[in-house]
Amino acid sequence: MSGVRVLVGTRKGAFVLSADAKRESWEVNGPYFAGWEMYHVKGSPADPNRIYASQSTGWFGQLIQRSNDGGATWEPVGNAFNYEGVPGTHQWYDGTPHPWEFARVWHLEPSLSDPDTVLAGVEDAALFRSTDGGQNWQELAGLRTQDNGPSWQPGAGGMCLHTIIVDPSNAERIFVAISAAGAFRSEDGGNSWRPVNRGLRSEGIPDEDAEVGHCVHRLAMHPSRPNVLYMQKHWDVMRTDNAGDSWQEISGDLPTDFGFAIDVHAHEPETVYVVPIKSDSEHFPLDGQLRVYRSRTAGNEWEPLTKGLPQQNCYVNVLRDAMAVDSLDSCGVYFGTTGGQLYASADAGDSWEPIVRDLPAVLSVEVQTLP
Amino acid sequence: MIRVVLPTHLRTLTSGEREVQLEVPGVATQRSVLDALEARYPVLQGTIRDPITQKRRAFVRFFACEEDLSHQSPDAPLPDAVATGAEPFFVIGAMAGG
Repeated sequence: MSGVRVLVGTRKGAFVLSADAKRESWEVNGPYFAGWEMYHVKGSPADPNRIYASQSTGWFGQLIQRSNDGGATWEPVGNAFNYEGVPGTHQWYDGTPHPWEFARVWHLEPSLSDPDTVLAGVEDAALFRSTDGGQNWQELAGLRTQDNGPSWQPGAGGMCLHTIIVDPSNAERIFVAISAAGAFRSEDGGNSWRPVNRGLRSEGIPDEDAEVGHCVHRLAMHPSRPNVLYMQKHWDVMRTDNAGDSWQEISGDLPTDFGFAIDVHAHEPETVYVVPIKSDSEHFPLDGQLRVYRSRTAGNEWEPLTKGLPQQNCYVNVLRDAMAVDSLDSCGVYFGTTGGQLYASADAGDSWEPIVRDLPAVLSVEVQTLP
Repeated sequence: MIRVVLPTHLRTLTSGEREVQLEVPGVATQRSVLDALEARYPVLQGTIRDPITQKRRAFVRFFACEEDLSHQSPDAPLPDAVATGAEPFFVIGAMAGG
């Protein structure tokens, strides 16, 4: 019988939540790696038993863990993320040059076809690839060594490469997003890159429509339309219909267009989900009401989804990697909060229930749809 | 025989035991002890020292015999009491929080 496995990374460990296709009764396993920050946990689309996890603390650095049995057991693999050549500098918060320094892995993106190939997005922003199941990592340095690289500047959360999307119809095309540099595209498997930020406007930078410098929070794509990308920027929800060559704002009637998470329905490429957050200084929902907003028109027209979500006194945040969908017939939508709740909807967002309420702050949520 | 006491986070990567006992060839120094520790538990590579520069990570400290040895040379001999196993060599995660 088919089912789902939800992989949850938190500030103090990882959790694996499992259910059958009804998604009514959940088994919660964990914490794995208790006490460690688990920025991201993601399974291989090519082999759902293969899962990669990013484990770190500010004290003891970075480890990568790998499971070959769906998360029941884990083994540490390689943790040497060495920038290629002399790393050089990027801009520091005060505008001075600052050496590129590895801090942690924010996002792991397993290959769509090979369980042993996985990309890693790291802070300070760079992209690494392993082709041996995470044992060895090589930087795809063409991203960081672009002409504009020395001008990149960190966002408040660090200069992180947090989003990696590989075009399912063309493995040579890869999109990444970096806070606060923007979105970038490669057409040659990650060797060379160019910024794809035309149409973005950001009031917080000196040149509002600069080529780079935008605080992109998250990108999302539906696999059937790889030229269409949705973006939750610091402020503004955006869409491109031409693989990033130009962007248009689709915030429409959202009550606030600040936020972090964005995702697309598994079967409806024009159905998009965001979780509006009040502002860049107040990282919680408007009016204490936790609302997912859904657009069925690829943006601009949004409806609040509230059934089952707290509508008073709710002041949690939903972070950029903390929303995911399953691909069962009735699309499931999942998100985690900084208050430790993991909400699930088995009806595409119409109604929600918490799978678990009191985890550590949730950093990431991924879903595996199992045969 | 050298006794090394690990912090809680690192015990989750090793045997789970608070104390690890190591045979360290030659003179017992921070470097030789940590080399032996990482040889026993390769998963610890990069968690105590930077994997490239071998410098102590910023929020890690080394204590022994009621002294903070963190700023001593990694090649300085450790106290006799550590070298003989009478006293343990502590790897500490700096305290943080409120």
